[in-house]
Amino acid sequence: MRVGSDGPVLSCHGLRKRFDERVAVDGVGFTISEGETYGLLGPNGAGKTTTISMVCGLLARDEGEVLVEGRPVDPQAPDARASIGYVPQEIAIYPDLTARENLRFFGKLYALGGKDLETRVGEILDIVGLADRADEKTEKYSGGMQRRLNIGLGLLNRPRLLVLDEPTVGVDPQSRNAILSSVERFREQGMAVLYTTHYMEEAERLCDRVGILDEGKLLAEGTRRELVAMVGERDRVHLAATGNLEAAARVVGALDAVEQATHSEDGVDLVVEDARKHLPAILMYVGEQAHVTTVEVSEPNLEAVFLHLTGKALRD
Amino acid sequence: MRAAFTIAAKDLRQRTRDRSAYVIAFLVPFGLAAIFSLTLAKVSNESEFTATYSVVNRDGGEVARAFEEVVLGLDFVKLKPAATVAEASKLAEDGTIDAAFVIPAGFSATASAGQGGELRVITSPNASIGGLIARSIAGSFASDIDAVGLSVQTVLAGRGGSLHDPAVLSQLVERARQTTPTAVLDQNTAESRLFSSTTFYAVGMAVLFVFFTVQFGVRSLLAERETGTLARLLVAPMRPAWVIAGKALASFAVGIASMIALVLASSLLLGAHWGDPIGVALLVVSAVLAAMGITALVATLAKTPAQAEGYASVVAIVGGMLGGTFFPVSQGPAFLANLSLITPHAWLMRGFQELAGGASVLDILPSVGAVLAFAVVLGGIALARADRLVAS
Repeated sequence: MRVGSDGPVLSCHGLRKRFDERVAVDGVGFTISEGETYGLLGPNGAGKTTTISMVCGLLARDEGEVLVEGRPVDPQAPDARASIGYVPQEIAIYPDLTARENLRFFGKLYALGGKDLETRVGEILDIVGLADRADEKTEKYSGGMQRRLNIGLGLLNRPRLLVLDEPTVGVDPQSRNAILSSVERFREQGMAVLYTTHYMEEAERLCDRVGILDEGKLLAEGTRRELVAMVGERDRVHLAATGNLEAAARVVGALDAVEQATHSEDGVDLVVEDARKHLPAILMYVGEQAHVTTVEVSEPNLEAVFLHLTGKALRD
Repeated sequence: MRAAFTIAAKDLRQRTRDRSAYVIAFLVPFGLAAIFSLTLAKVSNESEFTATYSVVNRDGGEVARAFEEVVLGLDFVKLKPAATVAEASKLAEDGTIDAAFVIPAGFSATASAGQGGELRVITSPNASIGGLIARSIAGSFASDIDAVGLSVQTVLAGRGGSLHDPAVLSQLVERARQTTPTAVLDQNTAESRLFSSTTFYAVGMAVLFVFFTVQFGVRSLLAERETGTLARLLVAPMRPAWVIAGKALASFAVGIASMIALVLASSLLLGAHWGDPIGVALLVVSAVLAAMGITALVATLAKTPAQAEGYASVVAIVGGMLGGTFFPVSQGPAFLANLSLITPHAWLMRGFQELAGGASVLDILPSVGAVLAFAVVLGGIALARADRLVAS
């Protein structure tokens, strides 16, 4: 069965995966429509990669269902996977093959052949900007070039669903920006994009909807506006400080205006109603326990949502 | 199935670009076979057994001369003259000779009379084997003299003749000449059934190294898991089994190519004699399959390519040592020869040895069957555990 263009490209619900005694993913479900980018936002170890492994059919799920264009995805059922483009977090290319050979090889696995294959290989090389160095072994490429080819390989089969697993980890700012721009183009071309990241800024820039994942559970999902509304119009304050940060967070957390107070290695994070009004009092209380070096006040964002939902900062 | 061939073709392309593959699959085994066969063949030729004996003939009669002729007729014996018992004893004592035979005066007469006689052997304390053989030669000759004498006596008794009759004595001596000592060192007659050192080491190194050569299949599978390309393969619209099939195909092709190259090169360049080509082909195919089975099974126990390589190398070397690829296990104790049969290496060496000795394809089928049994059982277990290999 194949659903019409109105239905979601990806539909998954009740995904559950346990590794021994540890539940890695617990009841996760979401849908992604054509031309929509869905972000799975969560810290390392939240269950993002396990979730997309089940979505791509790489990992057998204990419970739940995954449908791509209405077809079930399963490790032993290859058909639905023909619609999926997968970009793993690692640079998964063969260094002793050229870019063209890498593309040809994976293209053949997607049943491309002959002129179609050569045409598509040429298109991908143009998309990722490697046409002029297509016949060099990829071990000679820079990290950024390898990363671009890594993404290009995920596009070979003209996927309806493109799954990118933290594609910007360890990437320099210039390459990172190029990758984000590419993902924006894929969405414009009508692909459904599933994008995992633990960078709040990437999720805010790219994603139409975001699912916040922590400890294997989908805590909330929605558009940025919907998620921010969950924490109200509260400001987020980061006090870079040294000293007894735990005590500082505890003391300042007792203030009525401070909704949440947590500490990290380099300071104290607060969710505050009208930070500018209460900042003097906050600094006074924190100053009793620690030495504040800098103050950052930011509008409510996904990081604040995460903090609100989990009681901890995203980067933790 | 097309996907499996695509993966195999990609793996082979990568393999042909890896110079170390040529080293492991061909250069090292061929080089070692050449070195071993050239050096050890020389040692082997130089160490062919010889014994130096003296004969102190104080009798000079017909039977004594017959004994001298028997000793002289042995290929491995060199004679050193000794005029007296004292001289012979000194030569034995200082190790110049391995043993001395002392034929006492009157030996021919007493032997002819059927009264026995003392054939004395003086052995060197430094030549245990030469001494034993000397005793064996003397004992054998004496037994034969007794037997011939007894049978002649029996015939004469029936005909009423006498051993003192010159004609009868001549007949007895002639019969004694024709007797063959039981201690015969046959260094050449076994040639047709045993490996030459060149063939032995060509076969041994080919068998040993095929267990290294085929490792690349499972090693590359584990490497793909480590680098993330396996996940990319598994997302492609094909069954995971085709990934394993592709790796197996590539391993098989490399293993076969490696062994064929070694067979041809050792035959043409070293003069190794492998035997019936069909039999060789059967053993080569079964060797590659068994190596693939063992390597795959070992790989299911490993978590990283390095670990898999380490485990597989241990199995290959221990199996090779125990299976007789470095030295003939028949030279070791009997239990070692029996124990070696737990390895496919031993069955392969046995099969190749039979082929080299002129055995037919039918003759080696038990060895082929045993090696294939290893392939089926170990490979089957590995396949049953294959989900570990393709778990991304």
